[in-house]
Amino acid sequence: MDDLTKRGNHILSVRAGVALLVPAFVFIGLFLFFPFIWVFLISFTNRTLLGAAAQDPEFVGLGNYLRLFDFSRWMRSGEFGHSLYLTVIFVIGSLIGQVTLGLAIAFAFNRRRGKLREIIYTLVTLAWILPETAIGFTWTAFLDGRRGTLNAILGAFGIEGVEWLLEFPLLSITVFNIWRGTAFSMLLFSAALGNIRPSYLETADVAGAGPWQRFRDIMFPLISPQFVTALVLVTLWTFNVFTPFLLTGGGPAFGSDIIAIHTYRVAFQFFEFGRGSAIAVIVMTINLILAASYLFGLKRKEVAT
Amino acid sequence: MNLPKYVLARIGFYVFVVIVATAFALPLLWLLLAPFGRQATLAVRIPSEPTLANFVSVFRNAFAMRALFVNSIIQAVGAMLLITAVATLTAYSLSRIRLPGRDMFVYMLILFSSVVTGSAAMVPIFLLIFELGLIDSHTGVILVFTGGLLPVAIFIMRDFMQSLPKSYEESALVNGASTLQMLRHVVLPLTRPGMMVIGIWAFVNVWGSFLIPFILLRSPDRMPAATATYSFYTEAGTPVITLVSAYALLYILPVLALYLFVNWRYGFQFFGGIKS
Repeated sequence: MDDLTKRGNHILSVRAGVALLVPAFVFIGLFLFFPFIWVFLISFTNRTLLGAAAQDPEFVGLGNYLRLFDFSRWMRSGEFGHSLYLTVIFVIGSLIGQVTLGLAIAFAFNRRRGKLREIIYTLVTLAWILPETAIGFTWTAFLDGRRGTLNAILGAFGIEGVEWLLEFPLLSITVFNIWRGTAFSMLLFSAALGNIRPSYLETADVAGAGPWQRFRDIMFPLISPQFVTALVLVTLWTFNVFTPFLLTGGGPAFGSDIIAIHTYRVAFQFFEFGRGSAIAVIVMTINLILAASYLFGLKRKEVAT
Repeated sequence: MNLPKYVLARIGFYVFVVIVATAFALPLLWLLLAPFGRQATLAVRIPSEPTLANFVSVFRNAFAMRALFVNSIIQAVGAMLLITAVATLTAYSLSRIRLPGRDMFVYMLILFSSVVTGSAAMVPIFLLIFELGLIDSHTGVILVFTGGLLPVAIFIMRDFMQSLPKSYEESALVNGASTLQMLRHVVLPLTRPGMMVIGIWAFVNVWGSFLIPFILLRSPDRMPAATATYSFYTEAGTPVITLVSAYALLYILPVLALYLFVNWRYGFQFFGGIKS
């Protein structure tokens, strides 16, 4: 009793509690916070991997940023503006695809159980959680021009196949990314739809609402918080995803040079760490806007309930 | 609903299900079938004479085996243990002491980890590991994964800890247990299910991630299966397609097994919608 009072009615003394936090502080400080600060500093230098600028990088001010936003060349393929443009298409395509498909699957199986649902949910979830390299490999085989499965199927319908990854690189990685990421929206929406009280829907039935009206007027408003969550998080993740590198490597001719691949190329193929860091700063700024808007939305919701 | 409309809705449902099932199954099905084929093929085809020869060849390849059974395991298990241990201590502390702003702290952590992603921070992470002299080492990979995955691990673990009743701990203390004894004999057994979930989650994440080992490791004898598979299929020609698919199948097996285990044991849920 006395002992417990001394602890101020807490199980852990503050000192013991803080001691337990130290390892996390060290790891997060060193491997998350420090890189975050450092990338800003490097972005103002001409640091490279090898050579004189590796040992003793010079301060170049905003040079790297001016180079990125040099509007006379920035839309040429392989340049930063071009990469941003491809990324926007890739993100919007993935977002629409994943959210629509996820919602459609969740809606189709709402309040259904059984083998069919089990099979679909397992397949979609596996597409999401299996290691990316193995998935990248099967997709290169799947999309192969001469002997891939996709063209074999199209051939059965009399449609001539193409070299998907070479002729439609951006479309290919977008479809791939929809396939890879739909599970998140599906799981999120099926949890949300499952939480809707059956009585609401019964009332709608009694009032004579059709399926579409029921969805639009009752279900959709009730799952709109999850809808916003899906929009923001899928955007954030897709914006940062590196996995398409495993299909196209960013090519051909920079045709699928989305921002994560672009950063990798500048930093690790040209070894221009300064310019790579400037890109990273811009990417993190966009990430910050997305993540902050999500978190503040989340907090407001919590306060409201 | 009248009958024709009902029939139409049912047909629509089954058409939709068949399309979705086919689209999601085909790429995976190939990975399941190709390793058992005698000839290199890229189309989904049930092998006429199934063979295990491809697996035998893979098992004879020292580089492939080392990547899968030594390097991947060292890195994934190492990061798993470190993440689980640190996240458990942190989450316990955060759920049991009253520090001002601790909820804000966790929110900021999550914010941070989603802003400083692997693709944004690859330059400073590489340079940091380079300066620490840990390029091309298992330690470097493990440390970077630990830093990156900890915030989410702490977040999930804190949720779990807050749902545990404090009365067991209080009665242990009332009965004269020291803090360490209480942690060991009361808290640890209670948190084991949560630790298990975090451990599996961390293992699967590290096992399947490509970018971090890809930039931090140079020599073939330290590469995990993630980068080994990539170097196989980008550098090798079509004749070894069957071999690579056999290897890729072995590589995904642990994740498949863990998924089935989690699904059977807990039901696959998802933790505030966070995968990686």
